[in-house]
Amino acid sequence: MIPASFDYVRAGSAEEAVAALVEHGDEAKVLAGGHSLIPMMRLRLAVPEVLVDITEAGLAGITDAGDHLVIGAATTHHDVATDKVIETHCGVLAHVAATIGDPQVRHRGTIGGGLAHGDSAGDLPAVLLALEGTMVVQGPGGRRTVPASEFFVDYLETAVAADELLVEVHVPKLDDSWGWDYQKFTRVAQAWATVGALALVSSNGTISDARVGLTHMGSVPIRASATEAALAGQSTDAIADAAARAADDTDPPSDLNADADFRRHLATVLSRRALEAAVG
Amino acid sequence: MQVNVTVDGTAHSNEAEPRQLLVQHLRETLGLTGVNVGCDTSNCGACTVHLDGRSVKSCTVLAVQADGHEVTTIHGLATDETTEDGWHPLQTAFHEEHGLQCGYCTPGMIMAAADLLAENPDPSEEEIRDGLEGNLCRCTGYVNIVRAVQAAAAAGNGDGSSVSAHQAEEVSA
Repeated sequence: MIPASFDYVRAGSAEEAVAALVEHGDEAKVLAGGHSLIPMMRLRLAVPEVLVDITEAGLAGITDAGDHLVIGAATTHHDVATDKVIETHCGVLAHVAATIGDPQVRHRGTIGGGLAHGDSAGDLPAVLLALEGTMVVQGPGGRRTVPASEFFVDYLETAVAADELLVEVHVPKLDDSWGWDYQKFTRVAQAWATVGALALVSSNGTISDARVGLTHMGSVPIRASATEAALAGQSTDAIADAAARAADDTDPPSDLNADADFRRHLATVLSRRALEAAVG
Repeated sequence: MQVNVTVDGTAHSNEAEPRQLLVQHLRETLGLTGVNVGCDTSNCGACTVHLDGRSVKSCTVLAVQADGHEVTTIHGLATDETTEDGWHPLQTAFHEEHGLQCGYCTPGMIMAAADLLAENPDPSEEEIRDGLEGNLCRCTGYVNIVRAVQAAAAAGNGDGSSVSAHQAEEVSA
């Protein structure tokens, strides 16, 4: 299976990439690690006329910016998973990145690609939602910041316009009060999550802030807001009852791996396990 | 487009269509047919090679993306393919521990294992199984593959010396 023909542009900087996107508009797609895009192109599910390759545009790297970390969009999952600064200040992100795909996928796939692809079955959106991270998007008019809560618009659709490029991901530093866990259910080892639940909890016996991000429970990644509300100010004894509400107001897809009812069941069980591990 | 790539220590310069996959470039342009195409869908890992020292699935990388970079294939591991003394420790270990039956997954399995041992010279069984998560074998049931990687790690005295000189240079680069 070979992709349809396309023109290839290797961008040497974010500005060059944006210029190419402005020139080619909807006909162009951004290529980073390619581990979602190239398989789709091989199946002819995506047939872009131009690929703008940003792997050599100087967009990889991790910077400590005081109260938050700045992660370049072309930073690989492997580098996110093994970086000491991320491990120290935002361990939950390293933990989730280490569960993506398999080692070869993590050597090529990038944090920006995983987010800009906008697949609610991907692992990164849930953790960015729970972290309340922000995305920096560069377009012809300069840069703008988009909160994670506004980034995912619909299935495979994000707030990044056709002439824009996701250039940075910002995540807050977490202090020692935070615990976390990510639980995902897969049919086979390297498969996409049938459902995933990311718990991020700040507690000292009493829960001051509980955040639950859900993977593959709708057309976009979401937070389990009913569960979160039921935990604020409570003791950890409230987890089981709160997690039972994880699927409230969700509209999960049905497919060959799981129907919607099974997904709702998984969301409650995985949220309970993740919350218990996060405070344990 | 012109693709300049160093493969197994030899510099090559060839024309490639942008849509040509790295695995096709290695097999069809350079004749390195030890790099197998298995599933054709980025799952099975039979096409695994090293790109700048890290394992990648060459069916999911464009040949033009390897321009200016270094690739190591299964052909580049042995110091002398014609004699067992010249084999890479992983090749010897897969042979001695019966880490293959049909052999189709073996080149990718060995390349993934070589990267695993370069990063972690003394892995536990669990770490080996996690490290080979991206490589499917439909014959062995994996037991002898894990044994082979353990044997190669032991042969390297747990200090990474099981990694060939060429590969060690790449990893440190």
